[in-house]
Amino acid sequence: MAVAADWAGVISRHHDEIIKGWLQQLRDDGTLQTGRIKDAELEGECRRMLALVGPELAHGAAHSPLGGELRDMLVALSRSRALQGFTPSETSNFVLGLKLPLFGAIGVDYPDQADVIAGATIEATRKLDRLALLTIESFQKSREEVIIRQQREIAELSTPVVKLWDGILALPLIGTLDSERTQVVMENMLQSIVEHSAEIAIIDITGVPTVDTLVAQHLLKTVAAARLMGADCIVSGIRPQIAQTMVHLGVELNVISKASLADALALALQRIGKRVVDTAGATAAPVEFLR
Amino acid sequence: MDRIPILKMGDALLITIQVDMHDRLALALEEDLTAKIAATKAKGVLIDISSLEIVDSFIGRMLDNIAAVSRMLDADTVVVGMRPAVAITLVELGLSLTGVKTALNVERGMLMIQNRLRGLGDFSGRRS
Repeated sequence: MAVAADWAGVISRHHDEIIKGWLQQLRDDGTLQTGRIKDAELEGECRRMLALVGPELAHGAAHSPLGGELRDMLVALSRSRALQGFTPSETSNFVLGLKLPLFGAIGVDYPDQADVIAGATIEATRKLDRLALLTIESFQKSREEVIIRQQREIAELSTPVVKLWDGILALPLIGTLDSERTQVVMENMLQSIVEHSAEIAIIDITGVPTVDTLVAQHLLKTVAAARLMGADCIVSGIRPQIAQTMVHLGVELNVISKASLADALALALQRIGKRVVDTAGATAAPVEFLR
Repeated sequence: MDRIPILKMGDALLITIQVDMHDRLALALEEDLTAKIAATKAKGVLIDISSLEIVDSFIGRMLDNIAAVSRMLDADTVVVGMRPAVAITLVELGLSLTGVKTALNVERGMLMIQNRLRGLGDFSGRRS
């Protein structure tokens, strides 16, 4: 049985050289060139990590769970790398770059003991690989978090409810209506109906690129929910091509629909008993005559 | 057993549901209401469900039934004050209560019933 290498001793004896070699490695990889991270900052990170890796290499078995502090540090580091816009390989190279200097150091300490060096190298490689995988994983995770947050923001931004008049709301929909968005649209609309005690809601689908059977079903659901709350819905802004497609597909929207938002508003005003008066001409005309 | 009170206001009956509806309570309400419509010759029924937070398919169907029964006895049913969450639930359950008239609040519901009583015809709640 070969003598196990004393990693803690190796690291403490060659600390500065390892750090220097590691930084050189990172520089060669181009991590610093982008200017996203400063030299001193990187060196600080290296020192902190080496201090944590030492005990990990010296004690932990290859398959034992990663030490809490080291894990936390790597997760935090990958997160900040992801936010700063580093690539995944640059992030994992931070860990992998430690390999060569470490192996160099152990070669110096155990000359002519090939079996010790080989054993220690294999051990260290396995551990560092796991750490590198951990960085990739957390890098990916924080990227995904960003994407999810953006999706949520887009969903909120794209479903505004506008008050057009006392008791008249408009929902200008833009983009594809999937079931998730329908849910958000429905909730927003119903909530606004309560807040403004609206009688009529106009759903304007000028910005909806395609209407298939599924989208139509979602629209109908929204209309049905509004009706249950005691508000009428008018659908407006169905484009000519879409109207044709819908008829060809056999999609039927059994709701009041108007060609444009203006027409829908005119109808809504008429429904709540308002008239638009042309102040230039003396006579007051009901809205329907002004169209 | 608890019963939901049915108040008479002119030619309309007013029902305010302020407790969670369980199935037996709903059935009792349907029976009571039918008897009351027959007894008072009411022309409109207003059901306020603004305090109702939980609905299931049974309650949804019950509302539909009440409306259908009332219509047979020549009274129109208006359901008022449905909460957004309840509306979404009913739609997701596939119950859009097509036979039931709806209004946002009691005031508007009453207006709808009065319009009908005054013979304004189309029962749409439009101001005239």
